[in-house]
Amino acid sequence: MSILLHAPALLIAIPLLAAFASVFLNRIGKKALSAWVVFALLATEAIAVLLLLDVMSGARHVYSLGASVPGIVSSTGFPVRIVLVGDALSAMVVFVAITIALLAGIFSTKFIEEGKEKFYSLFLLLTAGMAGLSLTGDFFTMFVFLEMLSISSAGLIAFFREGTSFEAAFKYMVVSSIGILFLLFGVGLLYGKYGFLNIAAVASMAAMQFSFIDGVALALISAALLLKSGAVPAHLWKPDVYQKAPAPVVAVLLTSGLVGVYLLFRILFMIVPGAGISQAVGSLIAGIGLVSIFVGVTMALKQESLRRLMGYAAVAETGYILLAIGTALSVASFASVFSMNALMGGIFHIINDAIDLGFLFLAIGAVSYVAKTDNLSEIKGLAHKAPGLSVIFLIGLLAISGMPPLNGFASKLMIFESLYFFSPLLSIVALLGSMAMLAIFVKVFASIFLGPAFKGTVRKLPRRMAFVLLCFVLTMILIGFFPGLVVDLLVEPAAAALTSSCSYIGGIL
Amino acid sequence: MNKGMAPRESEGMTPIIKTVALALAVPITVFGLYIIAHGHLTPGGGFPGGAVIATLVALFLIAFGKDIGARALNKKMFSGLETVGLVGFALLAFLGLGSSFFNNFLANSPGLFGMAIPFGPNPGFMWTAGTIPLMNLAIGLEVFAALSLIIILFFTEGEDK
Amino acid sequence: MISLPFIAVVVLIAFGLATVLFRKNMIKIVMGVSVIGSGVNLLLVSLGYRESAIAPIFTSAETTLMVLPTPQALTLTSIVISMAVTALMLALAVQIYRHYGSLSTEKRRLKE
Repeated sequence: MSILLHAPALLIAIPLLAAFASVFLNRIGKKALSAWVVFALLATEAIAVLLLLDVMSGARHVYSLGASVPGIVSSTGFPVRIVLVGDALSAMVVFVAITIALLAGIFSTKFIEEGKEKFYSLFLLLTAGMAGLSLTGDFFTMFVFLEMLSISSAGLIAFFREGTSFEAAFKYMVVSSIGILFLLFGVGLLYGKYGFLNIAAVASMAAMQFSFIDGVALALISAALLLKSGAVPAHLWKPDVYQKAPAPVVAVLLTSGLVGVYLLFRILFMIVPGAGISQAVGSLIAGIGLVSIFVGVTMALKQESLRRLMGYAAVAETGYILLAIGTALSVASFASVFSMNALMGGIFHIINDAIDLGFLFLAIGAVSYVAKTDNLSEIKGLAHKAPGLSVIFLIGLLAISGMPPLNGFASKLMIFESLYFFSPLLSIVALLGSMAMLAIFVKVFASIFLGPAFKGTVRKLPRRMAFVLLCFVLTMILIGFFPGLVVDLLVEPAAAALTSSCSYIGGIL
Repeated sequence: MNKGMAPRESEGMTPIIKTVALALAVPITVFGLYIIAHGHLTPGGGFPGGAVIATLVALFLIAFGKDIGARALNKKMFSGLETVGLVGFALLAFLGLGSSFFNNFLANSPGLFGMAIPFGPNPGFMWTAGTIPLMNLAIGLEVFAALSLIIILFFTEGEDK
Repeated sequence: MISLPFIAVVVLIAFGLATVLFRKNMIKIVMGVSVIGSGVNLLLVSLGYRESAIAPIFTSAETTLMVLPTPQALTLTSIVISMAVTALMLALAVQIYRHYGSLSTEKRRLKE
C-alpha cells in the first residue's frame, strides 16, 4: 500500500508542511488555523498507527529518501542515501511522541490565546523534529533533527515573553547547542574513521574494529543524548525550562527527552561490542539513572514552586528508564528472563512516563487556566470550585508515583522485580524513590486542591481541554488494568527490535 | 512598526552613501540571483545567494537609518515570502512521492532542467539537475526573506513583535 | 600523523569552551558557542581534505582528483544551522537585556 510504503517520510513531512503553511492559514482566520493544525496532527497520528500496526509483527520499514525505489538502500553494499528506519521500537516511540503532540496540540487550541500562528509553526516543527529523531537511521540527520528540536523548543519556552522565560530559553539553548556540537564532533570522528554516516553501516564496521576513536565518539554522542534527556550531570536546565514553558509545550518537551533516551539506547545497543565494554557502559548508564532518581527526588522535596518540583520529578522518572535499560545492557546476554524483563520494563516506562508526566503538566496548565493565574502558589482549595479537575489530577499523581492499579505501577513493578534479581540494593533504592515521590505528590495535591475554598473567580474548563485530560486518564486506567496487553503488543516487539542489532544491520545494508 | 517612540527620527548617513547604496542594489541582487541560479553547477546555491541579497537590506537600513528603512521594508511581506519559499520547497519534495519523498522526478526527463549530466570535465550545463535548481530557488527566497526579517528585527530591537 | 588543521580544531574548541564556562556576559557566551561550532566545522572540512584536489564539481579543470563532497555538505548544513542558533540566542539576549537591563549571567532570576 502506498501510504504505508511512504509512512516514515510522511510522518516527518506532514508536520513540516503544516508548520510552513500555518502562516497562510492564519491569514484566513484563527479557526482555520486551529482546524488545520489538528487535522495535520490527526493525519500524522493515523500514519503512525498504520506504521505501528504493520511493524508489530517484527517487520521493518526502510525508507531511503530520494531513491527511485524507496525500499532499497544500496545496490553496491554502500548506503549512499539518507535512510529512515521504522521498526517495532522506533514505530512505538514515534507513535507515543505523535500521540502526546496531538493531545497537547488539541489542548493548546484553547490554552494559547495570542500569537497562535507563531506557536503552531514552532509546535509543528518540534513535532516533526521528534518524529525525525525517532525514525532516523543516519547520524547526520540525527544532528539536524536535534537542532531543529532545540531551536523550535527554545522559541516555545520563551513563548510567554517574560524575563524569566527568556532566561530559561537562553540557558536551554546554550546547553543544548554545545551538547549537539559535541555530538557533531563525535559524528565527524566516526565519519573520518569509517566514511559512513549510516548508523547500521558504522555499527557493522565498528563491531570488527572498535578502537579508542570509536570510544571517544560514542562517549560524545551519548553525552549529548543524555543531556537532551536531562539525566543527572546535565539536569540543571530541566527544572528551569519546565517551570517557565507553557504547559502543553512541557508535555511535548519531556516526550522529546524520552526520544533522546530511545536514540541513546538504539546507538549503544548497536555499536557497543563485546561483553567487557557493554558491561562497563551499561553499569555507567545504570549508575547515572540511579543518581538521577536520587537527585531528582531529593531536590523535588525541597522545591517551593510546583512546576519546578515537577521538573525534578521528571529527572527522577528518566532515571528509572536509564536504570532499567542500563542494567539490561550491562548484562548483555538477553537470554535470561530478568535482563529481558528489565529491558521491557524500561521501554514500557518510556510510554508510561510520557503519558503520566505529560498528563500532569497539561493538568497543571488546566489548573492555571481555570484559576486565571500562572502563580500556582496562590491557588489553594480548588477542589471546592473544580471537583472534577481535582479527581483527575489525583489519578495522575497516583499514576506517576506508581500506585496500583494505574499504568505507572505496571512498568515500575517490572523494573523493581527484575532489578531485584541483579542487586536487591538497586531495587530498594528505586522503590524508596518511588515512595518519596508519592509523599511529594500528596503534598502537592493538598496544597492546590484541599483547604478552605478558593477565593478568586473560576473559569469553566473548556470542553476540548477536558476531553484531552479524560483521554489521558482513560489510557492510564486501561494500561493499568491490562498491562499484559500493552507489553505483548508494543513492548515485547520493541525490546526484540532493540536487542537484535544484527538483523537491523542486515535489513539495511 | 514605528510607534514614534523615538524622540527624533534617525536620518541615516550622507547623500553620497545613500546614492551608492541605491546604485549597489542592482549588482548585489544580480550577484545573489547568479549564485542561486548556478547552485547546481558551482559552489553556492540557495542559502549563500539568499544571504547575499539579504545584505542589501542591512545596507539600506544603515544608509537610510533604521526608522525610514524599517518603514519602507514591510515585515509582513517578508514573512509571506518566507512562507512561499518554505511551502514551495516542501511541495517540491512531496511531488517526488510517486517514487519516494525528495525524489528528483525532473532529472533526465524531457521537462524543465531535465538534461542528463555529462560525466567528466565539462564547463557545466544550466538545464540539468532536475528539481535541485527549483529547490535552490525556493531556499533562496526563504533565506532572503528570513535573514531580512532577522536583520530588520535586530535593527528595530524587536519592537512590536 | 597530526596535521595543522586538527590542532586548530582543538584550539578553537578549547577557546570556545573556556569562553562559555568562564565569561559572565551573555553575548560572549554566544560568541563562545559560535567558536565551538567553527571548530567542529573545521574538523569536518579537514576530514574530507585531499592534497592537490579540486572542489567536488566537474568543471573544465584537467584533474579529476576531488576532495570528499560529503563533509562539505555536512559543514554547509551545520553553518546554516549555527547561523539560526546564533540569531536565536542573540535575540534572547536582547530580550533579557530589555527586561533586566543587564547581560550578566551572575544574577539568577529564576527561583531555586
